[in-house]
Amino acid sequence: MAAETSTEYIQHHLQNLVLGFHPENGFGFAHSAAEARVMGFWAIHVDTMLWSVGLGALFLWVFRKAARAASSEVPTPFQNFIEMVIEFIDDNVRGTFTGKNDLVAPIALTLFVWILLMNTMDLVPVDWIPHLASLIGIPYMKVVPTTDPNATFGMSLSVFALTIYYSIKVKGPGGFFGELAFQPFPKFLFPVNLFLEGISLISKPVSLSLRLFGNLYAGEMIFILIALLYSGGFWWGLAGGALQWGWAVFHLLIVTLQAFIFMILTIVYLDMAHSHH
Amino acid sequence: MEIALLYIAGGLMLGISAAGAAVGIGILSARFIEGIARQPEMLGMLRTQFFIMMGLVDALPIIGIAIGLYVLFAVVSG
Repeated sequence: MAAETSTEYIQHHLQNLVLGFHPENGFGFAHSAAEARVMGFWAIHVDTMLWSVGLGALFLWVFRKAARAASSEVPTPFQNFIEMVIEFIDDNVRGTFTGKNDLVAPIALTLFVWILLMNTMDLVPVDWIPHLASLIGIPYMKVVPTTDPNATFGMSLSVFALTIYYSIKVKGPGGFFGELAFQPFPKFLFPVNLFLEGISLISKPVSLSLRLFGNLYAGEMIFILIALLYSGGFWWGLAGGALQWGWAVFHLLIVTLQAFIFMILTIVYLDMAHSHH
Repeated sequence: MEIALLYIAGGLMLGISAAGAAVGIGILSARFIEGIARQPEMLGMLRTQFFIMMGLVDALPIIGIAIGLYVLFAVVSG
């Protein structure tokens, strides 16, 4: 990055690679934040899609490989590791989910490993991949998909859709709406109930995605601010290196914790969808 | 004048977020340690729950801090 002012540097790092239709330049990549804004709703964040789908494919490939090579002989370290992950998820699902549904554990496994992989991209120094991308002529590259609210909202809205689907499937439409309308207060107060329960229903996917997004965005922001120190000469650079290492160690906790919380809350929401009152 | 207001806004966001998170996590940790002191054999389960709750308590303050840092370093041109 040809370091301009620090403001431009930060904004450059927070800009996605946007592909969309520009009213004047036609279909193509946006070359500035203003162009990206003009493209509006139907523009697509190519870097988010690329990294998230790529990491999802990596997850599937690794786990498929482990499943293919699995044997009852003495397990290889690789097989051991994969079994550890699966047992960890299995324990959590058994401990939290009380209904009967074969789909919940695979969803939990996918969410946990996928989000963990996407969050881990945060630990790659912030300039490496965008700089490589700029060498081959790509203006923007944001490597952590979970710092894009589109990705986190995509996941949380999918979970939300599943929650609604299973609520209606298990309790029937009447049961689902009954839960919304007749719950905390007696039946004649149903507008109040509907209002309260409606808010708590809507707040689930919003808080689920904003929590993941906010944590990773804050982490990324602090990494970018630390990276600014590298332009301040040798001693500032040294301090920046120490700070970056320290923050990366602390961030490892957040990275794992947020993936874990997203998974646990997904299981809890699906459990609530399956339980009768 | 407006720049100064942005600085104040950023400072308030950082400060109040940090205060909120400190109070929340302080109460949570105190109860966590109390729990271990009463029933040391529950340590494993309590620690898992503690980390989940810490993530939940931490979420909103950290969002506030991210936006505060964004205001301080990216919106305020300097």
